[in-house]
Amino acid sequence: MKDLLERLNTKYSLTDIEYQRDNLVFLTIRKENTIDLVTHLRDYEGFTHFVLLSCVDWIEDGKFQLTYFLNQPERKYDIVVRTMIDRDNAEMVSAHHLWRQITTYQRELREMYGINFPGSPGVDENFILEGWDEIPPMRREFDTKKYSEDTFFPREGRKTHDPASYMKEKLYPTEPTTAKVNKTDE
Amino acid sequence: MSNLFNWEPDRSKYPTVKDNGELDVDLSSHKFTKLWVGPNHPGITGNMAVEITISGDEIVQAKTHVGYLHRGFEKLIERRLFIQGFPTCIRMCVAEPDYNEYILSKAIEDLSGIEIPEMAEWLRTLALEMARLQSLLRTVPGQGGTFSLGLGVQWGMYLRDLILDRFEELTGARIYHMYILPGGVRGLLPDGFKARMEENLKLIDQFVINIKKLMFDNVIFKKRAIGVGVIKKEWVDQFGIVGPNARAVGISRDIRKDYPYLKYQELDFEPPTAKDGDIFARSTVRYQELIQTVDLIRQIMAKMPEKGDIKSPTPNVLHWKIAKGETYIRSESSRGEYGMYYVTDGSDKPRRINLRGPSYNHAMSLLEHMLINANISDVHAIMVSLQTCPPEIER
Repeated sequence: MKDLLERLNTKYSLTDIEYQRDNLVFLTIRKENTIDLVTHLRDYEGFTHFVLLSCVDWIEDGKFQLTYFLNQPERKYDIVVRTMIDRDNAEMVSAHHLWRQITTYQRELREMYGINFPGSPGVDENFILEGWDEIPPMRREFDTKKYSEDTFFPREGRKTHDPASYMKEKLYPTEPTTAKVNKTDE
Repeated sequence: MSNLFNWEPDRSKYPTVKDNGELDVDLSSHKFTKLWVGPNHPGITGNMAVEITISGDEIVQAKTHVGYLHRGFEKLIERRLFIQGFPTCIRMCVAEPDYNEYILSKAIEDLSGIEIPEMAEWLRTLALEMARLQSLLRTVPGQGGTFSLGLGVQWGMYLRDLILDRFEELTGARIYHMYILPGGVRGLLPDGFKARMEENLKLIDQFVINIKKLMFDNVIFKKRAIGVGVIKKEWVDQFGIVGPNARAVGISRDIRKDYPYLKYQELDFEPPTAKDGDIFARSTVRYQELIQTVDLIRQIMAKMPEKGDIKSPTPNVLHWKIAKGETYIRSESSRGEYGMYYVTDGSDKPRRINLRGPSYNHAMSLLEHMLINANISDVHAIMVSLQTCPPEIER
C-alpha cells in the first residue's frame, strides 16, 4: 500500500493522505486530477470495485467534498479519493463512463445537493423527489423542521418535544425538568 | 479494458436506435405498450416501481422508479445526537435492521477508539447471524413464491416467526431490536435461550430437506429458473454486484472472509458459490447459505463464553462529542456488502452519514439492464432473485 501511495503522490501531487486503518486510506486531490486518478486506479492498480460516491457539505468553508470509494478486491484494501468543489454553481466532471452505477449516484447528488455532472445520462431527471421547488434538501442550510412546519398543517392532539430535554427528563427523572412540550392543538 | 466495460444491451432484434442514440419507441404504432409494475403490485419487492416498455411479451426498455418511501433518514441523523441516530437508522432496511445497528455502532466506536468486550463481540455475531437466518427464511422460499409456489413461503414465514420469538426474548423486540449499541450490546442471553434456539434450528433442518424437494427438485421451478435472469461474470465489477448475486457467478467475495470482523475468524465456514449466474444459481447459493447460517449459529452458541462484560464504558450519550474524522464500515448482510460512510466534525452530531446498500446497484442500474429482452412473466422472479430492498436506495 505504501509503495502505491508513493507512486500516486509522485504522479498526482496528493494534498493529503490519512490512514484510518491499515487497509483504508483517505486521499485528497485537486478537482481537475480526480477523475484521472480514479481512472488510473481502476485500469492499472486493480481497484475494479466501486463502492460508493458520496458528498459532504462543509458549508462553513463554502465547499462540497466529493468522496469516491474504490476497493481492490484481490489485495483487499480501499482507497478513498476526496476532492473539494465550490458550493456555488457546484459542478464536477462526470465519471459515468467508468462504472455503470455512478450514473445513479450522480443523479442523486444532483437532486440532493444541486451538484451538476454535465454529460451524465439522465442527471436532471427526478430521482426521489417530485415537483421539488426548494433548495436541494441535503444541503446544510435546508431546515427540515421549518419545511415541515411550513408545508404540513399541525395534526390535532399531537405533542412535540425538544429531543435533548425530553431525553434528559426520561433518563434522569429526579432532576428538575426543563422539557418543553408544545401542544399543537392549542 | 474498454472491452471489459462494454455494457450495451443486445438490440439486434428491436427497437431500432435513432441517430441521436435514443430508442425508436413509438407507442402510437401499436407495436409497443408501456406498463407500470408497482408500486402497488403483489410481485414487487417493496415500495418501488418498474416502468417497462414491452413488445409482445418481451421487454425492450425498463426503468426503476423509487421515492415512494423516502423519509430522509440520513438528513435526520445528521441533525441528532449520536445515540439518537439508532431508532432512525434501523428503519433503513426492514428485512435486516441489525446490520444497520452494527455498522452505525462500529463507525462511532472506530472514530472514538472504543474497543468492545469479547462477550459483546460473540453476542453481536450471534445477532447478525440470526438476522441473516430470518431473512433467508423469507428469501429462499420467496423465490418459489414468484412462480406461484406459495407453500414454501408459508413454511418459511412460520419458522421466521420462531426466530423472531428468539429475538424478542433476547432484545425485547421482534423487528427493530436496537440490541447493538456503541460500546457493546444491551444484554446477555436469557436462561434457556440456547436450548430453545436449538429446538428451532432442528425444525429448520427439516425445512431444509422439505424445501429442496418442493423447490429445487421441482421441474416447474427448474424450467422457470434455469437460464433466466443471467448475470455475466464481467458485470460484477461493472455494476458493483455483491453478495450472493456475485457468488452465483463464481466470484467468492464475502466481507466476513475478506475483511474479518467480530468473531468470524474463529468460525469454520466457506462462502458457497455457483457458476451459472441465473435465478436457479442464486437460489441455490442462498439455500446453501441458509444451511450454513444454521451451522454458524450452532458454532457461535458452542464457542461463546457463558458470561462476561457486554459493554465498554462510553461517554455520556447526551454530551458525547467525536473529533473530526471519517471512516467506512462494512459488513456482509444476506444481500451482500452493507456499508456506512460516517463523517464527524468535532460536534455532538455526525456531519454526514451515507448508507451503502446492495440494492442501490442491484435494483437500479443492474435490474434495468437485466430486464431488457426478458419475458414479462419473469420480471418479478428476476427482481426477487436480486433480493432488492427499496428503502436502502432512498434512505
